[in-house]
Amino acid sequence: MSDSAKDLHSEYMVINMGPSHPVTHGTVKFLLTLEGETIIDMKVDIGFLHRGFEKMCENGTWEQVMPYTDRLNYVSPLINNVGYALAVEKLVGIDVPERCKYIRVIASELSRISDHYTNIAAGAMEVGGFTAFLYFVEARELVWDLIEMLCGARVTSNYVRIGGVKSDLPDGFKDKTRDVFKKCRKLWADVNKLLTKNRIFIDRVRNVGIMPPDEAIAWGFTGPCLRACGIPYDVRKFHPYLVYDQMDFEVPVGEKGDNFDRYLVRMEEINQSMRIVEQALEKIPSGPINVNMPEYRWQSKEDISTRIESLIFHFKTVTEGIKPPPGEIYSAVEGANGELGFYLVSDGSGKPYKCRVRPPCFPLTAAMPKMVKGGFIADIVPTFDMINMIGGECDR
Amino acid sequence: MAANLIESIVKILFIFSVNIGFFSPILGWVERKQSALMQDRVGANRADVCGFTLIGLFHPIADAIKVLTKEDFIPEGADRLFHTIAPFISLTPAIITFAVIPFGGQYELFGHHVNLIIADLDVGILFVFAFASLASFGSVLAGWSSNNNWSFLGGLRASAQMLSYEVVMGLNIIGVIMVYGTLRLSQIGAMQADFFNWGIFLQPVGFVLFFTCAIAENKRAPFDVAEAESELVAGYFTEYSGMKFVMFWMGEFLEIVTIGALVTTMFFGAWHLPFVSDQMLLNYFRFAGPNGAASLAIVVNIITFFSKVIFFIWLQMTIRWTLPRFRYDQVMRLGWKMFLPIALINIFITGVVILAK
Repeated sequence: MSDSAKDLHSEYMVINMGPSHPVTHGTVKFLLTLEGETIIDMKVDIGFLHRGFEKMCENGTWEQVMPYTDRLNYVSPLINNVGYALAVEKLVGIDVPERCKYIRVIASELSRISDHYTNIAAGAMEVGGFTAFLYFVEARELVWDLIEMLCGARVTSNYVRIGGVKSDLPDGFKDKTRDVFKKCRKLWADVNKLLTKNRIFIDRVRNVGIMPPDEAIAWGFTGPCLRACGIPYDVRKFHPYLVYDQMDFEVPVGEKGDNFDRYLVRMEEINQSMRIVEQALEKIPSGPINVNMPEYRWQSKEDISTRIESLIFHFKTVTEGIKPPPGEIYSAVEGANGELGFYLVSDGSGKPYKCRVRPPCFPLTAAMPKMVKGGFIADIVPTFDMINMIGGECDR
Repeated sequence: MAANLIESIVKILFIFSVNIGFFSPILGWVERKQSALMQDRVGANRADVCGFTLIGLFHPIADAIKVLTKEDFIPEGADRLFHTIAPFISLTPAIITFAVIPFGGQYELFGHHVNLIIADLDVGILFVFAFASLASFGSVLAGWSSNNNWSFLGGLRASAQMLSYEVVMGLNIIGVIMVYGTLRLSQIGAMQADFFNWGIFLQPVGFVLFFTCAIAENKRAPFDVAEAESELVAGYFTEYSGMKFVMFWMGEFLEIVTIGALVTTMFFGAWHLPFVSDQMLLNYFRFAGPNGAASLAIVVNIITFFSKVIFFIWLQMTIRWTLPRFRYDQVMRLGWKMFLPIALINIFITGVVILAK
């Protein structure tokens, strides 16, 4: 640098990226300090989607929390349903019937597939690959058709119940799934061609947003972002719940922990989730879908109409809520973004005393400055997309 | 004299109506429909007149009505003068450069010599470059005058990118100039009457580089870092609305046409059909008398030329909807560290081949 350039007055540019910015989707604000295009400092400001989920839970009965969980990670609501139901069941000590477990696995994996589709699609769109975006949105649409068939809703599913599920698998679900997966695999191959070997895309995501494995653990990373660092931690494998221990699937891991690895891990997880769904549909036993504990799970409509005990239990559980024994519990499931934990405290009444959620994307969002500092503004885009911060889950 | 005047006016009106009246509105529709086709969507199909939608062809009209009635917004603290003239500076070069691009050969019509080019300048290519580089002022001024940090960053990116790629583009043109020995675009066109004399055969590397650089110069994906909507909101035209915004947009679309026309003229035989020279065309149409033959030949020339242009428009659209966006530093690295050396080597090899002949 010449002497005259040194004398020139210069200062950092401080700029607000978000909440009204195309990449932050109105859910987060980054306060950037820039030197030219280089990020000197970044402050993350979350909370734009805070709705007081945890406080709301304390004012509803244990069952009334279920629809709220749909709105946590609204891209994969079924996993949240399952996570919450499993936590309450652990608190009470309910072991749901085998068929119910399989249905929950199918629902969770379909959700995971749609979540990964959304994530990769949005990531592709925000680095400019609009066509890849629409291919995966089409695939997600197909998966959502399945979810709609399953529970009648596409986004806010509210499908799982404490001690069971709302309804059994619909007729023809297996055939429909086979058709959908066939189309989805084709779309997956298209997107794979458009992105995985695309030099421009690779340049944008490789070696960007690197997180070393030890630091990833220190930050509290879980899910695809941790697995991208090479650590094969997956709640489904390490602490199997439902029937995941009977499923044959692999946990893809990355090497470097950069955005490209995160992308590849998610792409492969889509395939693995499809495998799980197919196996579950093959193996699913027949039998009841709800546990036979009338004080926790409603009996069938017919029983309620014809049997006085069922009617009384129904009345009691609806008006006062189910009453788990006093105590506290932490239960985690593998959400689409990582470990989704529910910490519940019961005081023996019909309402949760405390319902705390461990959102997988909160630590990821917190680590954003670490991952992008020293990079360019443009690096925020793929990094923020690949951590897949979901406002509803992060801010609750 | 009068005949010359009429000829000029007719040509200007023709090019104007083709560009402003046909290409610039229709390209908005093409972009929507082609992207829709590539992405398994339907695309624009809602605007209708009495229930007829004409596969969405009313959308350009609806758009025009919309933008004309929109508020012309100038942000607080903006430089009103430059904020207002920036879109004009962006749009004008895109229209003017077409003046030196030939869209047909030279014919005798009713005893009058007709040259199918608006201004047959002897420095044709340089004229194109002179005006194309003016367009970068539009982006820079727009970014600077908006009093918005995102616009400012976009303007900076635009200026750096356009200047860098102009250098490489200029070097690519040198190869073409060396091969044909002239700067006059009508002569370059005329020399490609022989199929094997087309620029694509004489300067294949030059073609690839020129086409890529031209897309970069036009700031369209994958080189749209200056407006990168996910990074810089909308880059240098973030603070524009209504007709002024559309002028940037029209400038971009007209530049697509200009790029198509330049590539056609320099590398794809201009107005010539493969293996068919203008003289052969006149011979084919001899039955129509000398004036009729010339008229028919002119029509064939124009159709051939614009068909090629449309092909290149299609190609640019396809590229735009297939590839993701570069990062700013990658764009610069590509321009300076890869394209520039390749362009220099291309010039060197071209020189060696010409000397060896």
